[in-house]
Amino acid sequence: MIQLASNFLQESIHGAGYTVELLLRAIGTMHRSFRRLRMIIDQMYVCGVKPLPVVSIVAVFTGILLAYQTGLELDRFGQREKIADIIGIVLCREMGPFITALILTAAVGAAMAAELGTMTVSEEIDAIECMSIDPVDFLVMPRLVALALTCPLLTFIVDIVGIVGGGFISESQLQIPWNLYLRNVIESLNRPFSTIPLPKDLFVGLFKALIYGITIATVGCSYGLRTTNGALGVGRQTRGAVVTCFMLVIIFGYFMTWAFYP
Amino acid sequence: MIRIEHVSKSFAGRKVLIDYNLEVKTGETFVIMGPSGAGKSVTLKHIVGLIQPDSGKVMVGDIDVTTADRETLRKARSDIGYMFQNGALLNWMTVGENVSLPLREDRSRKRTDEEIRKLVFEKLSHVNMTGELHKYPAEISGGMRKRAALARVLVQNPKILLYDEPTAGLDPRMSATIGNLITDVQQRFGVTTLVVTHDLKLAFDVADRIGFMHLGRLLEIDAPENLRRSRNPIVRDFLEGRAFKTIDEETGVGTVTQMDITHFDSPGESKA
Repeated sequence: MIQLASNFLQESIHGAGYTVELLLRAIGTMHRSFRRLRMIIDQMYVCGVKPLPVVSIVAVFTGILLAYQTGLELDRFGQREKIADIIGIVLCREMGPFITALILTAAVGAAMAAELGTMTVSEEIDAIECMSIDPVDFLVMPRLVALALTCPLLTFIVDIVGIVGGGFISESQLQIPWNLYLRNVIESLNRPFSTIPLPKDLFVGLFKALIYGITIATVGCSYGLRTTNGALGVGRQTRGAVVTCFMLVIIFGYFMTWAFYP
Repeated sequence: MIRIEHVSKSFAGRKVLIDYNLEVKTGETFVIMGPSGAGKSVTLKHIVGLIQPDSGKVMVGDIDVTTADRETLRKARSDIGYMFQNGALLNWMTVGENVSLPLREDRSRKRTDEEIRKLVFEKLSHVNMTGELHKYPAEISGGMRKRAALARVLVQNPKILLYDEPTAGLDPRMSATIGNLITDVQQRFGVTTLVVTHDLKLAFDVADRIGFMHLGRLLEIDAPENLRRSRNPIVRDFLEGRAFKTIDEETGVGTVTQMDITHFDSPGESKA
């Protein structure tokens, strides 16, 4: 039992060290992003455009559920017009980036781990290294840049679609007119943040999304590149990547909220 | 020239290479022959620095790849072409894109698209694959994948060529074609060639010298005609297709063959 725990701890520390090193190496190759523009655009299509329908459906129903459940409670206290403030703030600060990260972990992070894992066990990564090509520059950096760019963009879309979803319920169930709802949402997000020309809540959400994007890409690639044992290993590493991403998204989310709203 | 000196390597406590020594001379075709699990592919991966030994050193030319930094290793690898067992073509690229990849990624020399197209076509015509230029690896046969992989290796103009089981999974005619290609490439470009295989016909067809490997050691190194007459019982078992004697599964050591390794004196020119 102690041996098992010790092995698990050792593997976890090794995995974490490898992942951080991978991230630093990928950042170190970013000056070559322009050379990899085609691959980055391809990856942006995979990370940003393909998951768009799922992200939109989840976002609209999140807005609807949030408005419905919160609205019913607020109505009991005669505060139903506050629904717009709650939806705007909750979606932009927390739910928007969180939902986007969960979907991207399942749809893109898992695919990255499986894709690179398959390449590893079929010796394609070794072949790339033998051609004097750095796999981090060639495979990891384009995925990292693509996900770091698309995650905030998708989060912004989730925010907008979620707010619109909440608006439907506000008008139909809580009898709050559209224009009042939208005005309240905009007012709730009107707190500036330092010199950045964005409302603080929106900025924090987009910043979280950026960190989530970097996390998902790095963890997915790290698990993929450490694959051994053929198809069985690919399955194990894909599962490991998804579980780790979920955990890190929650943990990093807490620390970022704590840092921005002490 | 490749020189492996006293290399030992273990994976999870299992010894794969044991005080391993090998020298491949410039311009020769050396074949490492032996049963599966003998450590043949691991030997190749040591030469390109994909695996680091537990002890010993691996020299490629003047470079010790076991201690080389990333840039020196990159330089050493630029002289080596490695053809992997299943070709290791990148699945999302066409055959043409795969073959052009080392040229497009070559940071030491910038080539125009026209130059790259010309070189790719030239190397694909060496392996008779120009018709498959725009096909994806999944759309071509195993033999074609190996030939495309060879074209990708040749386009780098390597001084050393490493082949890992080049005929594994191929029918006899395609195996003969690959054998002819190995000989043709060696003669045409004068490259130092190291082939790892358990295909007897291929080994005896292409080799200047053959090293027989068993349980992490080179038992015997000799010219093909001498190796055919080897009196080593393990080599004879292999050449005549007889089952090996008892193997201890736990240690991976043959209880009878271990004695043969220790006490048998080979008539060959050298013995590691």
